Amino acid sequence: MTWDSKLIKKAEEIIKLYPQKRSALGPLLYLAQNKEGYIDDDSVVEISNLLGITEVQVRSVASFYTMYKQEPTGKYLLSVCKSISCEINNSKEVIGGIKEFTGLSSNETDPEKTFTFEEVECIGACGGAPAVQVNYETIEGVTPEKALDLCKYLKEEEPKVIVADDLQEKFGGIKSFEWAIEDNSGTSTTAPGFQIIGTAEEN
Amino acid sequence: MKETLLLTKHMRENPENSHLIEVYEKNNGYSAAKKALKENNPGEIIEEIKTSNIRGRGGAGFPTGVKWGFLAEDEERYLVINADESEPGTFKDRILLERDPHQLIEGVIITCFASNISKAFIYVRGEYAKPARRVQDAVEQAYEKGYLGKNIFDSGKDLEVVVHLGAGAYICGEETALLNSLEGRRGEPRLKPPYFPAVKGLYNKPTLVNNVETISSVPWIINNSGKDYANLGVEGSTGTRIFSLSGHVNTPGNFEIEMGCSFGEFIDTFGKGIRENKSVKAYIPGGASAPWFTGEQLDIKMTIDDVADAGSMLGSGAVVVMDEDTNLVLAAKSIVSFFAHESCGQCTPCREGTTWLEMILDRIASGRGRASDIDLLLDVCDNISPGLTWPPKMTTICPLGPSAVSPITSLMHSFREEVESLLPRKVLINNE
Repeated sequence: MTWDSKLIKKAEEIIKLYPQKRSALGPLLYLAQNKEGYIDDDSVVEISNLLGITEVQVRSVASFYTMYKQEPTGKYLLSVCKSISCEINNSKEVIGGIKEFTGLSSNETDPEKTFTFEEVECIGACGGAPAVQVNYETIEGVTPEKALDLCKYLKEEEPKVIVADDLQEKFGGIKSFEWAIEDNSGTSTTAPGFQIIGTAEEN
Repeated sequence: MKETLLLTKHMRENPENSHLIEVYEKNNGYSAAKKALKENNPGEIIEEIKTSNIRGRGGAGFPTGVKWGFLAEDEERYLVINADESEPGTFKDRILLERDPHQLIEGVIITCFASNISKAFIYVRGEYAKPARRVQDAVEQAYEKGYLGKNIFDSGKDLEVVVHLGAGAYICGEETALLNSLEGRRGEPRLKPPYFPAVKGLYNKPTLVNNVETISSVPWIINNSGKDYANLGVEGSTGTRIFSLSGHVNTPGNFEIEMGCSFGEFIDTFGKGIRENKSVKAYIPGGASAPWFTGEQLDIKMTIDDVADAGSMLGSGAVVVMDEDTNLVLAAKSIVSFFAHESCGQCTPCREGTTWLEMILDRIASGRGRASDIDLLLDVCDNISPGLTWPPKMTTICPLGPSAVSPITSLMHSFREEVESLLPRKVLINNE
């Protein structure tokens, strides 16, 4: 779908933050990811027009980075870490359990578009291994049993906004460090819950 | 043995609200920036940083003051904070971003004043959505107070800060790849020369690229002195450092200590030993790129130079401990898979080599190994990093490829028998 005037205005504000227009490419790709759940062809055209670069240039950057999805994602993107600290702390069983529950292999989305599952490399939660992210909100110290509970919860309750603190309390365990600061911000899409302009979404 | 709290003091003392500007200011926050901008000239600040002898905390350990001294003259110069923390085992910048974002911003203000920079970017890895939100909120608070924006602290200086989110590419931790990424390009490292972004960096303009922990140390150094900082730690590894401890220890976490104690002491004191009282089989002293040490090498001192002399690196300060029951072939495979996945694909030895290493390790681990596989592994490694020396020689633009060699040489050096035990004993030649 093409971008409405509100989204284009936002894109233009983002472009102004940078000395050169093209630097805004990453943030604009997130606008597309946020809107459609992936980088769709219409957004590629919009972005190429806004930045004055070719569609191929936009696609070549979008396809380089793993967080810009080239195909539609489900409502919840489940990313399970398999790097060294998680690997030696049994991330395999967490991965196995989620695969079985969702019936998905890595980088697949179910037909109902509830889950996209992916095995990912280090997400910086090594002290709280094994770690899982839902729409890039981190949950640490996830046991295979808790991982299944998490999947069931997401499927049955369908929370609108994903908040790390909330999921950590329900399904997490050992943490990399005390999070300490109470936080109810999060995200409602498969783009990370960060806005370069304006404040974060709250539960 | 105790922690020495410089960077993590404020967050420890005000756990619930250390991220708020009011709380940070109540605890002496932004006093270093005020002092620096009123009383010091830029040259004095750079001298203070040189005296502190702080070395970059991202992994390479380059002296920060020297780097600042390189910055070429130009009307347009930039500061880029490398918050693309992705080295497996490392989560120390995450705590600084999440729990003390104003300390970083204050460091940015002082750094920009010292180097006459009016535009800074904080490049946060994409998976750190929550830390990025915290930093963004803190940046907005600082703008409201007039600490960022036009004429900051009535100094006549302007400073704009933009928080930029990466998108899941480890390679963007390499500074020239990060700059390409920030320019809206694929995160591919640039050909050297030019060697230093301080000469040609973002948009080909002089650019300082510094790690989060490095710049977060600046306010303390200015509030005290470079000399005070240099008095902490040991020569060549001055000040404190936040180590991320993970793996099979009882209490993983981030611990801020003066460099100089042994790894064994560190693991026992802060990790409270190994789970189920097991022993250490091997440990990684400085992130996934670093060659491993064995359980017999726990007396090595945690300084940049001691670790280098012993054949590895302190790197990002990530200590990953593996107990006696760890399958080291699978551990090595996990690390090699990481680098295979994160290779940007520009250089053939890295792109193809890491993929081959991953496949060979996979077949060894699953019992399908061939007697010749050890030689094959080493041959592939030799094509990525000729001679298998430390520090590694490179056939690639950046050190990512050689990093994938580290776990293999570690295995072969200290745990060759474990690999051999998984291989068939006899080589069949001509079906004889």
